[in-house]
Amino acid sequence: MFEQVFFIFVAVVTLGFALIVVTNKNLFHAALALMGTFLGVAIIYVTLGAGFLAMAQLLVYIGAISILIIFAIMMTRHMMSAEEAAFNSQAGLSLFTAVAFFVLVAYVFISYWPTTPADAMLATMTPVDPAILENSVVALGQSFVSPNAYVLPFEVASVMLLAALVGSIFIAKPRLKEDEA
Amino acid sequence: MIPMSWYLLFAAALFSIGLYGVMARRNTVAILMSVELLLNAVNINLVTFWRYLTPDRSVGMAWAVFVLAVAAAEAAVGLALIISVYRNRDSVVAEELDVLRN
Repeated sequence: MFEQVFFIFVAVVTLGFALIVVTNKNLFHAALALMGTFLGVAIIYVTLGAGFLAMAQLLVYIGAISILIIFAIMMTRHMMSAEEAAFNSQAGLSLFTAVAFFVLVAYVFISYWPTTPADAMLATMTPVDPAILENSVVALGQSFVSPNAYVLPFEVASVMLLAALVGSIFIAKPRLKEDEA
Repeated sequence: MIPMSWYLLFAAALFSIGLYGVMARRNTVAILMSVELLLNAVNINLVTFWRYLTPDRSVGMAWAVFVLAVAAAEAAVGLALIISVYRNRDSVVAEELDVLRN
């Protein structure tokens, strides 16, 4: 019972933060709300038993990506005056599309996995050997370097991060004028 | 115990909010923030399916970590593009970036 109340509380607060992110005219406030959303998602990971991912979420999203976004907002600051419209002309249509998408996906999910715990065993967590969950991080680490699992995507990800690093420095560096070069 | 569909509904709601932000916002930084919401929603789905359906295999967790890495790269490159465009065009509004139009 407590678990469910806690989940609903976290979910509602997180969705509230997410709504602030997409509706607030002040981009800086939106970025702070984005950090709140990331924190809520990290708590959701903890309730799912994925502590490693929750810590990675804290480090990568709240520690790095949020700060990067705040940097970008600061560097483009005077462009986001409060008088300027936050939404474009297709905002109404977008709202309709988003709500329709949610209704469709929710219908599919609910028809496959019932919402109330009493409905079926399928709806709730099947009891798992606690040892499997205890060792899930070990299994994850081993699957990253195992040739039978994800060693190739792992290496590709590292090359992609390097490419993104070099690429973003190259794109964002100021162009020197001909006479300065 | 929390039913599986609660997590899925939460992720779907987060995804829809992000989708609305991507389609409706004018500021490119705001669009990028909405894309981060989308990636987070996808990650919640991956971890949920891992926990409920295949807890003995690390496939869901592994792909969630890859999504995390791609999100970091996407944020870095996207923000570099925005800074570059801002420097050249003096604007971060998506509708005003129409050099390639016509």
